[in-house]
Amino acid sequence: MTAPRPLRRLSPLAVGVALVLLLGALLAGLLVGAVGLSPGAVLAEVADRLPFVSVDSGLSEQEAAIVWDLRLPRVVLAALVGATLAAAGASYQGVFRNPLADPYLLGVAAGAGLGATIGIVTLGSASAVVPAAAFAGALAAVALTYALGGATGGGRAGTTLVLAGVAVAAFFTAAQTFVQQRHADTVREVYSWILGRLSTVGWSEVALLAPYAGVSLMVLLLHRRLLDVMAVGEEEAETLGVSASRVRLVVVAAATLGTAAAVAVSGLVGFVGIVVPHAVRLMVGSSYRVIVPLSVLGGAAFLVLADLGARTLAAPSEVPLGVITAFVGAPFFAVVLRSARRGWGP
Amino acid sequence: MSGIIARGVGVRYDGRVALEGVDLEVPAGEWAALVGPNGAGKSSLLRALAGTVPSSGTVAVGGRSRHEMSRRRWARLVAAVAQHPVLPAGLTAAEYVLLGRTPHLGYLAAESRRDVVAALAALERLDAGALASRPLGSLSGGERQRVVLARALAQDPEVLLLDEPTASLDIGHQQQVLDLVEGLRRERGIAVVAALHDLTLAAQYAGRLVLLDRGRVAAEGPATAVLTPEGLAHFSGARVALLRGPDGELVVAPRRPA
Repeated sequence: MTAPRPLRRLSPLAVGVALVLLLGALLAGLLVGAVGLSPGAVLAEVADRLPFVSVDSGLSEQEAAIVWDLRLPRVVLAALVGATLAAAGASYQGVFRNPLADPYLLGVAAGAGLGATIGIVTLGSASAVVPAAAFAGALAAVALTYALGGATGGGRAGTTLVLAGVAVAAFFTAAQTFVQQRHADTVREVYSWILGRLSTVGWSEVALLAPYAGVSLMVLLLHRRLLDVMAVGEEEAETLGVSASRVRLVVVAAATLGTAAAVAVSGLVGFVGIVVPHAVRLMVGSSYRVIVPLSVLGGAAFLVLADLGARTLAAPSEVPLGVITAFVGAPFFAVVLRSARRGWGP
Repeated sequence: MSGIIARGVGVRYDGRVALEGVDLEVPAGEWAALVGPNGAGKSSLLRALAGTVPSSGTVAVGGRSRHEMSRRRWARLVAAVAQHPVLPAGLTAAEYVLLGRTPHLGYLAAESRRDVVAALAALERLDAGALASRPLGSLSGGERQRVVLARALAQDPEVLLLDEPTASLDIGHQQQVLDLVEGLRRERGIAVVAALHDLTLAAQYAGRLVLLDRGRVAAEGPATAVLTPEGLAHFSGARVALLRGPDGELVVAPRRPA
């Protein structure tokens, strides 16, 4: 794409392109919806809220509420979930040196699934406790993985940890299937949760996720140089003065916190955490200093657009978000992969 | 510059003794070669010196022991080149060498202009300046080894540990790499500790040979004293003749049974 440079840094151009993409996605998410509001009126309504600007949008109070209390929080939530999952996926790929790592690697999904299922069968899917149960289940699963992998693998145990994650995920999934089987009447609700959705949101979910996502993103962004050091393997990272096990613990803790919170409000949205970082990598090279920040922006834009598809493709009913991310993500990724093979890649 | 001193160093893997009671002293500007059969403990000793395996005994540079220093401070004094370094294919040579500045940076700090200059200078010094923009995946064996050495040099160390730095290189590139290390030793007074398979190269480049056998030092001294046909037959089960080159340099030649 560009002439080879010895040190590839986060270029203002790349950040600019990603920001424009994200803003475009946010705008599209705001303008398009089940209720046909005129784009001009929505724009005027938004502009009216800016300081020193006063425009009459001509929207009724009810229509304005659709913009402010339905569309905007949903778009913001999609952006937060996408950013968190993509950053967590990129960081996991770095810290485990495994291109197939995704945010659910250490059992987050299975743990959240069990937590949510227990919440749904005992209290019903409408209960506000379900996200909390999913969050707790996700954290418990990763903590168990860490206890198991850390206990058997000593100080440097990336692979042991991944294997422990497989075991924990299998166990939690079995438990979840068992609970679900005993309460067959809730299969539909559990299933819809597992496929991922942002359909029932208002600002409360945003408020729930934002603090966790904020902390998670900040820690992961701060660790992006250390992820490059981890790329030379644990033993060599240690000869460079970096404690590999400590970096891994901090990164996993931050990524897990963000992922668990995202899963709690959105269900299991697959594909974002693996496709977005790889697409970024294929376009701008394999330094995590570039991959992590661009994955944050790219993941946000990607999920906002995917959610737009989920809302509109089969309107008035919704397509599960996880279906859209895979359906759109897979072909998109194939195109990126093909183009990169032709030589403009890293 | 100060050398490295190890006293009574021992390493165990799951209770199995890999190294026991090893003393080693390599002053600044000296080159010591670790020789001995496979499994004799050469890599374990290098790991103990680098501080990447738990070990008993003491290791110190400039009178300060590894135990009283953070991992990061130790990495400013001691650089290690692994036997099979991991080279992330997508990083450029310059990005990779810049990782050598890690011990000089705070935990979450970014590199300054000075670090970039140091990294590029290290590449230049190892005749690899032209490789700066090349992805690691596209480098040849000899180029890779020079880039890996440049990363170690970017650490600005007082002690350089090398684990089989010439493995899988052809003979010309083996000599090129060792000549570069020799240059660094002379110029900067870096103490070099290198595990070397090739006894002829060990004899020609290192001032001192340390023969390890089953985790202990079996012999130590100048090449002529350590390398004897009887000793090599005993420790390595090798049949060799010791010859002299045109300038009197030692050559270890393998022999077929008659």
